[in-house]
Amino acid sequence: MIIRRDFVNRLLEDRKDNLRVVSGIGTSTWDLMSTGDEKNNFGFIGAMGQALPFALGLSIAQPDKKILLITGDGDTLMSLGSLATIANHPVSNLTVIVLDNESYVETGSQPTATAGKTNLELIAKGSGIENTYTIYERTDDYKVLKTIYEEDGPSLIVVKCKAENTPLIFPHSFDGVTAINRFKDTM
Amino acid sequence: MEKISKDWRNDIYDVFKDIGISLVSHIPDAGHTPLINLCEKDNNIDVVTLTTEEEGVGLSCGAWAGGKKSALLMQSSGVGNCINALALPNICRIPFLTIVSMRGEWGEFIPWQVPMGLGTPKVLEAMDVKIFRVDYKDEVGETVNAAANFAFNTRKSAAVLLSQKMIGAKQFKNG
Repeated sequence: MIIRRDFVNRLLEDRKDNLRVVSGIGTSTWDLMSTGDEKNNFGFIGAMGQALPFALGLSIAQPDKKILLITGDGDTLMSLGSLATIANHPVSNLTVIVLDNESYVETGSQPTATAGKTNLELIAKGSGIENTYTIYERTDDYKVLKTIYEEDGPSLIVVKCKAENTPLIFPHSFDGVTAINRFKDTM
Repeated sequence: MEKISKDWRNDIYDVFKDIGISLVSHIPDAGHTPLINLCEKDNNIDVVTLTTEEEGVGLSCGAWAGGKKSALLMQSSGVGNCINALALPNICRIPFLTIVSMRGEWGEFIPWQVPMGLGTPKVLEAMDVKIFRVDYKDEVGETVNAAANFAFNTRKSAAVLLSQKMIGAKQFKNG
């Protein structure tokens, strides 16, 4: 079973300058912030469901950058329609990583739909995103890095990971203006 | 020289070009169709068809972070879908511009359009979106221009409400 924080840190330990990373509400943002205080990151702390369309808008506006969205199954389930929007407005520079722990861990570990019958990779595939796969083991790290930097997107990778509470690591500021200004200045 | 009268959607398009809008997202509405067609013919405007209006809020914000100005076109019924999403431009002070075609207010035939038509200004105000209402065709251009400048110069959210009387109420005949 994949430990999400270790996985995210591994992905970003030798990150390239052309990578911009957005994270979805909740643990995904704490995961991203655990990789360091980095100007090239922007973490959602609210507006659940908005990270997917935000990442699409950013990918359209910055075609020469690699855009990586790291988010959870809960956030993704809230904006399934955005998978269709992304598929039909193809952006070759966008990779979406869904850290799927099948659980709303932060609110008391209630099961999400993916703990039941729902398969996010199949939904993404059915939405028209062609490059999709699911990983269960860390041996596939290299494959994920290749997708982010080398393959034509849009891509969506479901990362099945352990449902556990992890330490909260906050961004350098909870102030949205400070956070977005810093991020925008890197473009 | 007096300006030759043309469709007011052209006036919106002209403002888009003038202020540099290069991304337009929408859930289509008949009132917006001529404008959507103009944007689709323009190689310098990216047009994104959404699955729900709230996506357009996040899309606009991400595009702005990447240096692109955009606008969301929707019908008043879509405004309700956007409420929580509007927290994003609000808290990050991201310029957000939407052009809303009103339903449920003048000559409306479909009663289901009325609740969100009545609720639209209240919902927008509740989320700190500045409203620019337009009732007359010859004021469309200047109103959209004012709203766009408000949004992009002050980094706030602005909504232009196009009145149903001006657009012309949709009529259906049974059978």
